[in-house]
Amino acid sequence: MTFLELKDLRIHFPTDDGLVKSVDGLSFSLERGKTLGIVGESGSGKSVTSLGILGLHKGGRARISGEIWLDGEELVSASAEHVRTLRGKKMAMIFQDPLSAMHPFYTVGAQIIEAYRIHHKVSKSVARKHAIEMLDRVGIPQPDRRVDSYPHEFSGGMRQRAMIAMALSCDPELLIADEPTTALDVTVQAQILDLMRDLQRDFNAALIIITHDLGVVAELSDDILVMYAGKAIEYGTSEDIFERPEHPYTWGLLGSMPRLDRERTERLMPIKGTPPSLINVPQGCAFHPRCTYGDRTGGKSTTEVPTLLESEGGHLVRCHLSGDVRRSIWENEIKPNLEAP
Amino acid sequence: MATYIIRRLIWAAVMLTIVSIITFAIFFLVPRLAGATPESLATRYVGRTATAEQVKIAAEKLGFNDPLVVQYGRFAKGIVAGADYDYGPGVEHCPAPCFGYSFLTRLPVWPDLLDRLPVTMSLAIGAAILWVLAGVATGVVSALRRGSFFDRAAMTIALGGVSLPIFFTGMVSLVIFSYGLGITAPGGSFTPFLDDPAAWAYSLILPWITLAFLYAAGYARLTRAGMLETMSEDYIRTARAKGLTERTVVLKHGLRAALTPILTIFGLDVGLLLGGAVLTESTYSLPGMGKYAIDAITNQDLPKVMGVVLFAAFFVVVANLIVDLLYAVVDPRVRLA
Amino acid sequence: MTDSLLSVQNLQKHFPITKGMLKRQVGAVKAVDGVSFDVVKGETLGLVGESGCGKTTTGRLITRLIEPTGGKIVFDGHDITHMSQGRIRPLRRDIQMIFQDPYSSLNPRHTVGAIVGAPFRIQGVQTEQGTKKAVQEILELVGLNPEHYNRYPHEFSGGQRQRIGIARTLALKPKLIIADEPVSALDVSIQAQVVNLLEDLQNELDLTYVVIAHDLSVVRHISDRVAVMYLGKIVELADRKSLYESPMHPYTNALLSAVPIPDPKRRKDRERIRLQGDVPSPLNPPPACRFHTRCWKAQEICSQVEPPLLALATGHQVACHFPENAPASGDVAVTGAGAVTAEGALQAGGAGDAAPGEGPAGKGTASAS
Repeated sequence: MTFLELKDLRIHFPTDDGLVKSVDGLSFSLERGKTLGIVGESGSGKSVTSLGILGLHKGGRARISGEIWLDGEELVSASAEHVRTLRGKKMAMIFQDPLSAMHPFYTVGAQIIEAYRIHHKVSKSVARKHAIEMLDRVGIPQPDRRVDSYPHEFSGGMRQRAMIAMALSCDPELLIADEPTTALDVTVQAQILDLMRDLQRDFNAALIIITHDLGVVAELSDDILVMYAGKAIEYGTSEDIFERPEHPYTWGLLGSMPRLDRERTERLMPIKGTPPSLINVPQGCAFHPRCTYGDRTGGKSTTEVPTLLESEGGHLVRCHLSGDVRRSIWENEIKPNLEAP
Repeated sequence: MATYIIRRLIWAAVMLTIVSIITFAIFFLVPRLAGATPESLATRYVGRTATAEQVKIAAEKLGFNDPLVVQYGRFAKGIVAGADYDYGPGVEHCPAPCFGYSFLTRLPVWPDLLDRLPVTMSLAIGAAILWVLAGVATGVVSALRRGSFFDRAAMTIALGGVSLPIFFTGMVSLVIFSYGLGITAPGGSFTPFLDDPAAWAYSLILPWITLAFLYAAGYARLTRAGMLETMSEDYIRTARAKGLTERTVVLKHGLRAALTPILTIFGLDVGLLLGGAVLTESTYSLPGMGKYAIDAITNQDLPKVMGVVLFAAFFVVVANLIVDLLYAVVDPRVRLA
Repeated sequence: MTDSLLSVQNLQKHFPITKGMLKRQVGAVKAVDGVSFDVVKGETLGLVGESGCGKTTTGRLITRLIEPTGGKIVFDGHDITHMSQGRIRPLRRDIQMIFQDPYSSLNPRHTVGAIVGAPFRIQGVQTEQGTKKAVQEILELVGLNPEHYNRYPHEFSGGQRQRIGIARTLALKPKLIIADEPVSALDVSIQAQVVNLLEDLQNELDLTYVVIAHDLSVVRHISDRVAVMYLGKIVELADRKSLYESPMHPYTNALLSAVPIPDPKRRKDRERIRLQGDVPSPLNPPPACRFHTRCWKAQEICSQVEPPLLALATGHQVACHFPENAPASGDVAVTGAGAVTAEGALQAGGAGDAAPGEGPAGKGTASAS
């Protein structure tokens, strides 16, 4: 049985301007010990998805449908109170900016102790001992002293370590990291990525890493899901996505980023236009206004919403172009341009 | 921390000195500019029946002919060390802190002020407790149920509370509850707490509610705004992600942060009120500092005015100091150095 | 030197730390502490480093948004270091700045036309065809619809707003543009659009750029030469190719090694340098070589003698006692280094506090090891 499985998850928010379809029919699954990277730009629905899995949209304005199966339990229809008891214990989350994500008025230790004691009936001193162990585990020096420090007394990297310690304090089986290194300096980012890799191996948790940075995804992920306008547009192993990408949007992302591991190209190959508003998602394929290859779909791209179909060996693509056309475009038109002559 | 407090206390002393200079200047200089002579000022002490010669001597002995700086020096010395007043007929010693003698009653100002303090303190502290409880609770519920019927009703009432002047709400409530229904004490009565706590509360319940209504309205709006902002902070999301109950999230993580700015305003408000809840006290004819100040001003009783102004300034400065110290306790990011 | 548009010599900015009632100065944050470089007309110089390295402060000093504590800034032959606001105004049109955040750097109450046209009004410039026409031409130049002249910033997306910000800087045909993190607030696909736009504008309008960024890949793509900063100092300055292909300073090596590579195949066999801990506080930076606390090559000398910024190869300056990828032969390195020391020190303009005599001595140890 798969550990985490989303089936046709939809999270819509009614607003004065219209219905915002932040997540619109998302399905994927994830096993224990595996890492899934979710990539997308702002407004692609990647963060809403993660908060949705944790049940944090329950009781709000959001309209949620579909199924979220976690270890044999369905969470969309479960009560908010039941999902709360799973939150922090069975599934935990690491946020982007550890300075704003930790309460400024409480010590780091107090916040970890609080997280532990919600789910474990232990005394404060036992929880404190556990907090110190966790801080030690994530590589914070002198944890018995630092446990009494406030978040603002930590450096950025230390804060993110403390955040990770807090998330892992109840030994969660699912860990979601939302842009865990975006607010950090590059040398510190490298440390945190190493730490997450090590900890995931030790804890054998299922890890979802959400980011806009393809480099970070490539460092950690087994599988990658690319999201655009609330939908998955491509899903595959990280080799699939980086070596045999089949969706024009993925090609665009790869062409947009300058790379240090290759010869410098003269020009970047950006995607034209801007990400769509989630209220007025374009007709047909949501990506078609920005797509260079729409004219090769025989007009289908503007009228028909493409479905997520298997290309080969578990590699899923949501595109009207035929598999052969896609592979030929990638080999002949895209790939050569990504490498300097 | 200790050096911080010492520094702040020095500052407080400086502030009070400045306030005293300004008050002194206003109340001793302005009559001069308006044409008062040393003699006319002295008349207030020795009485209108005195002869011109007697008045002249009194003016000389009271030092009204000296330069203003000398007069201020004497006044300041009186507060710190006490002073001797020579009226001509005789010498009276006024022990420190000496704010001088009332023109009208010839009684020293300081004991008078001390007499009035319990009334004002009872009024201010009782009302403060009421308005904090009511205002903050309303604000929190409004913020959590934004747009609900409760929120809209509470905010409408709060708007009314902020806009209606206290002499209006005070009068109306007196008419309804004291004179109409007869369930609260009529204006002008005050029983000290130590004499009879029940009677004390009975005599103050209406002023408390009236005063608290005014402030609670403002605090409800402030708390609502603060809570709305805090509840959208990242750390609230973190608290929820930990699996905390909504109650803990709101009270422990949300409210604590939202209350910090309110603390500052609360300190100032209480400090100001301790210097005299002028409108409330005159509406209910309570013999507090505010009433005292009004009487002093209408009678142009300058020593009394000086006394009450400095006393009020003292409370504001002290309240500010306490708030700043508390702020550092509440928010660890504030370092006092 | 004639073709250098901007010359910065031993630039310093110390923010005082005061204490007590009398605001006694008890120390200083040496945000920028002896930075020297030249920017040649038509080139792009990248300033790269982590938080607290002083790159943003350097940008603000050059545009004279803040007052330098010491050193010299020469722009187009004018010493603008301490020039008064009145006298610098005519030069302001030649130096423009692009900011990171396209949301907060545009006044939400002004139309795009007013924002982009503001420099004309402030500088009192009359244009032949009228300001509106001129503004619309600029809007077209940066890829915006000229008909959006009367729209407000909130009607645009992040990428478009950054284009508005760029349009504003271009209004008066500046010679030098300082871009502080011009793309870091933008989505990946939009970043590439703006990077390409900046390159096109440089070619069309003969612009000179100083690009300040933390993203090493973006800096490599856009810059001709790159300066790496660490805690207020330049630790390495070289042309793009040598900096990225044969970095000499250990810090540069560590930075490059830390960048995640979007290639899942290479994550296993990649050789990594992992620095310990965070960047020390600029309030209390380590003595001598500021990097020695995190450097795996550090020896005793590193905590005692500050390495000066020296040209160890043509156009490749580095401030390190034990540089990597230094020119192969030890003898050549010594003489080579000795030969360029004088010139390097001149160029560096006293980049360090180390006495000139200490430089070569330190060098010798380095080459011998």
